[in-house]
This record gives sequence, structure tokens and C-alpha cells, in this order.
Amino acid sequence: MKLKGTQVLLEVLKEEKVEIIFGYPGGAVLDIYDELYKSDFRHILVRHEQGAVHAADGYARATGKVGVCLVTSGPGATNTVTGIATANMDSIPLVVFTGQVPTGLIGNDAFQECDITGITRPCTKHNFLVRTIEELAATIKEAFHIARSGRPGPVLVDLPKNIMAAQIDYDPAAVRIRNHEAVYKPAPKKMANVLEMLARAQKPLIMTGGGVILGRAAEELTRLARRYRIPVTGTLMGLGSFPASDSLWLGMLGMHGTYYANMAVSTCDLLLAVGVRFDDRVTGTIDTFAANAKIVHIDIDPSSINKNVTVDLPIIGDTKAALADLLRFLEEHHYEPESAARRDWLAEIDEWREKAPLTYCQNGEIIKPQFVIQTLSNLTGGDALITTEVGQNQMWTAQFFGFDRPNSFITSGGLGTMGFGLPAAIGVKSAFPDRQVVDIAGDGSIQMNIQELATAAQYNIAVKVVLLNNGYLGMVRQWQELFYEKRYSHTDMTYAPDFVKLAEAFGVAGLRATKPGEVEDVLRQGLAMDKPVLMDFRVSREECVYPMVHPGESISQMALGTREMIN
Amino acid sequence: MEKKDHIISILVYNKPDVLARIAGTLGGKGYNIDSLCVNTTTQKDISKIVMTTSGSQATVTRIENQLQRLVDVISVDDLTNVESLHREMVLVRLNRTAQNTEAVKDAIDANKWKVILSGDTFVIIEITGDKTQIDFALARLEPFGMADITRTGLVALKLED
Repeated sequence: MKLKGTQVLLEVLKEEKVEIIFGYPGGAVLDIYDELYKSDFRHILVRHEQGAVHAADGYARATGKVGVCLVTSGPGATNTVTGIATANMDSIPLVVFTGQVPTGLIGNDAFQECDITGITRPCTKHNFLVRTIEELAATIKEAFHIARSGRPGPVLVDLPKNIMAAQIDYDPAAVRIRNHEAVYKPAPKKMANVLEMLARAQKPLIMTGGGVILGRAAEELTRLARRYRIPVTGTLMGLGSFPASDSLWLGMLGMHGTYYANMAVSTCDLLLAVGVRFDDRVTGTIDTFAANAKIVHIDIDPSSINKNVTVDLPIIGDTKAALADLLRFLEEHHYEPESAARRDWLAEIDEWREKAPLTYCQNGEIIKPQFVIQTLSNLTGGDALITTEVGQNQMWTAQFFGFDRPNSFITSGGLGTMGFGLPAAIGVKSAFPDRQVVDIAGDGSIQMNIQELATAAQYNIAVKVVLLNNGYLGMVRQWQELFYEKRYSHTDMTYAPDFVKLAEAFGVAGLRATKPGEVEDVLRQGLAMDKPVLMDFRVSREECVYPMVHPGESISQMALGTREMIN
Repeated sequence: MEKKDHIISILVYNKPDVLARIAGTLGGKGYNIDSLCVNTTTQKDISKIVMTTSGSQATVTRIENQLQRLVDVISVDDLTNVESLHREMVLVRLNRTAQNTEAVKDAIDANKWKVILSGDTFVIIEITGDKTQIDFALARLEPFGMADITRTGLVALKLED
């Protein structure tokens, strides 16, 4: 059938079962938008292209499907870069379509021209500039395949305007693409090694990461831990891959991890690290990280192996297949942990847990940010889908919101992108209109993409923003307090809009709590509304995130915070 | 860990930007490319890139892993510790003057250098060999005053698969 480039694009998107496009029109994509006008595709008009990418990213993290966005050339394309880099660092599958000037003008510095494939080469998994109408369909198909296969990631497809207007005889059955799927080869020898190491270990520990969520392996990981009574800690990206309500759960490890998780990592004699990449925020000083342990590292990406931490046994492969393989092997070989040793190990961990539990002090008339998060966690029964911005709000959420399910904690881990949470929440809520979706935000971050409140209002995407408003760039201020003798250089954000009025101006409900006694009521009221709501919680201004590993320290050396704070 | 020179042979799909992707990946991660050679293979859609880099075995393994992640890379092979043949080529232009004509001629004859073009004022010599042979030849040519040289990157071929 004879189709225009724009029609081929939409046909392939249908074949790829794309449900929503997050986008923003412009000159180079006018033809595509004209085609969208005639189709019944669901398109969400954001207010800034960065918001489109974060929304597609949130959609992808919550659903496990590929997120899609569409923007114009030049500035439209460059505005996506932060979003693409965010997705790339956390291995999130996206396909980003950018308009481009006609092929005949490429290289001429035409109006709104930029070399977006050149710009995004280091921050995409792969990218394409479509040069002919003949390669259009296969390129788009391959882009989706690359985005979701192996270690997932964002793929950008640059679409010159004349290619979109050109015609071709399109035959879906004739489209051929290369296979990029990583095939897991069962490794009985390695499994035998793991069995031997487990049998010898007195103090085994599982460390779960984002790869377990991306690989849909949470079920296998949970079964492994529960069946053999192995305690579990997780990276920021791994939260939700093991139920926080389980007694084997130690919380997050690393810079703002729990004291007991960090002590367990530092003391364990066998570390099963699954779907992690040993980021510096997790390990602290490398030479003291898990210094007493043999390390087994399961990851789909060979380049993650021995990159930061040297491991004893690498197992390269899809986390789900590898864990299933391991479970089968242990079962077949009748592995049983030695119960006395395991009891002693869990008791040792419980002592650390009692010595320094995660805590904060909600007294007086000032709201503590942790109290807001804990109340939200209780009210939603841990069932909400949570996005965060970046900084203290993100760390307190990781510490005080109990995530029991994978794909429910959506945060910019690797890149640490402020302004991520609100557009990401819009993406999540578009996929799950019946679930409670909450962006836990700070007053600094929220102002980076606050224009997306208009998007939420336009489509009545009922996201809830829980704003922990302390009038500071809180995490930077915390470092200035601790390491720069309280010289608060340019972190005071007291000059800010009235967020309740601002929300109302956008057509979003605005609520405010200034006293601890009001927190639960405001949350209940906000969560119950069937429209987007911004809840402005005026919280303690100079609260710090504790415990904390100071930069350059071993993770066993934690600053636990002051006595007054803990009591 | 011991630093040494490594020869890496990479098969890639002959796609636009593939060289930029490889150079960008290595540059962006802080690795250095010492020399580079690229051309097509017997299959016209596949190219071979031979590059040399230096570093510890761990560094080179990391480089290989990073390259392996690229979508257009088919295979990465470290030829350093396998039996392989190595060649470089250099073109040298020597200025000919009334004073040195005889000496140049004698040196060319003595070393069996291949003259590919000569004129009244210059002579262009082609030398192929492994790195040591080329370095040696260039040292011999030094006294004659080389007007210009172009040296290729190293190419390498495994003796067997």
C-alpha cells in the first residue's frame, strides 16, 4: 500500500503497540502532527520537551514498556537531551523521535537545524538519522527493538522533513531488522560455584539493583531470599524489587543507606549482587567495600563487571533467567543453609538494626519532612506509585516510604535530574489512571519543570505533588553545613512563589500544611481529590538526611546524626 | 598493573557514524587511541578497524567491553597475545639538492627503499614493515632532512582463527 512517511511512522507505532506519545509540535514535525490530527493516537502535549522525555520515561519505568516522545528539530531536540541522559543512566527503554530539516539542507545551518544524533551519541544506547524513505520502517522497528533488548536504553530517531513527506509502497511483512537480544546461556559450572560459595558462607547477603526490576526478576529474587533465609539490601534503583515489609529487608545501602545495611555489607562473607553496577554512592571507598566477602555479580552487561568493584564470580546474563537457573540448581542439589549459622547472622543484623534504626524526631510545631513521607506511606498502604525529584526529598522517600512492589518507585538514580518527578508522574498516571500517583518534591526541584502542572490540568491527569518546602536547595545546603562551615552559598530559595496560588493559577488544586497536626488531613484531602493537587508542606528548614557516609569514607563509617535528632 | 601496547581488531557494520561512535566511546571514557586503520572487508557492509592503545590488561578489557556495547560493533578481538602479523606504511618526501643527490641515491640503494616517484627537487619513498622496522628506517632518513611524512596506523592479521 502506498503511504507517506508520516503514515509509515504511525503504522509502525501501531505495530509496536504504542499507547501514548508525549510530544511538542514545531516546524519540522508539522507533517507528522497533521497525520496525528487525522488519527486516533493518544498524544499528550507537554509544556517543555524535557517534560516529554521524563513523562515517557516515567511511563516506561512504571509499565516496563517502551516510552515514546515526539519533538521538533533544533531547540526541540536539544531540550530532550537531559531527559535522554537521565534514561540512559538508568537503562530505561525510550524511543525519541526528533524532527530534522530536509536532507538537502542538513549541514547548511538551516533554521532550527542541529546535529542531534551527534549531540546525543554519548547519551543514547543508539541513534539514527533516517536518510531515505526506504529505510524508514526498518529503522523505527529496529529502534524499538534496540531500546527494549539486552540492557535497555533510550534510542533517538531523527526524521528529516522531506522523508516524512515522501511516499513509499509499504509492506510490513517485508521489513527485516537485526536481532540484538542477549541470549542467556545456562552456566552449570558457575551455578556449582555459587552453591559451593553459599555452602561455605556463614554470612551471605543479597544486594538487589535496578537490573532486577528491568529484568522482571523480582519474583525470583524474592523466592531466593525467602527460601534460603538470605537478608537483602538494595540500591536506590533496586527499591521495590524485594518487599520492604519483609523482615529480611535491610533497606537501602550506601551514602544514605541504613546503618544496618551498610554494616551487613561490610561484614558479610558472601555478597550476591544482582543487576547492580556498584555506583560510587553505593560503595563509598572501593577498597573497603564488602572487604570480607566473596562477590558474585549477576548482570546483563559485561561492561558492568569489574568496572568499579572486582568480583570473584561474574555471571553475565538476564537477571530473571540467571536467578531461575540458580534456584533450579540449588533445589536440584538440595542446598539447605545451616540453620544455626543463619540464625546468628540474622541476630547480628538485628542488633545493628536496634542500635541505629532509621529515625527522626517529630516534636514541636514544625513539620518534619520524614513525617510527611511516613504518613503518606501509611495512608497509601505502600500501594501508591511514587516519583521523586532529586535531593533530600528523594533520599527521605527511599528511606521512609516502604516499597513492596517493583516498578512502584520512579526516580532519577544515576544522573540525579532535578525536575524529573512531576513530568514522570504525569507519564505514570497516564498509564495507570486508577492508581494513586504521587510526586514527592522539593521546592528547588519542582520549579525546574513546574510548567507541567498545565499538562496535568489540561488532561485532568490527577497526579499529586507532595512538596517538602524548606526554602533551600536542601541537599546542597546540607553539604554546605557539614563540609563548608555553613556557608550557604546560593542555596537559600526563600524567594519563591506562593505554591498554592501558583497551583490554582494552573488550574490545579492547592493545599497547605504548616503544622504537624495538619499533615494527615491535608494528605487525606489531597489524595481523595479526583484532579491534580499540589500540597505545600512547610517543613523544618535545616533538617539533614541521616544516616550519612561522608564522601571518601568507608560505608561502615556512618554519621548517624545528633542525639537530639534521634531521640 | 603493567601497562603495555595492545592491538585491537574490531569488526563493524559499515554504518554512518560508526567511527565517530567508537572514537567517542573511548574518548568519553578517557581512553586513548594511539593509531587507527579502517577499511572495508571482503563483505562490503562490514568494515575492519585496527587500533592500538596502551594500558593494563584490566583497562583493555574495559575498552573491549565498552566497544562490545555499541550496536554496530560485531566483534572485538585483542590481537596482542595471539599470533598475528603487523604492518605499517610510511611515505617520505626527501628534498633533493645538488649537495645530497649522491648520498640519497646511495642510501636508497643500500637500504633497498622503494622509490615511487622522483623529480628534480624531490624523491618520495615508500616503506612498509612492522613498527620497529619503520622506526629504524625513519632514523636512517633523519640526516637527509625529511620534508614531509605520512605514516599509516598499524594493520594486523591473525595467522589463524
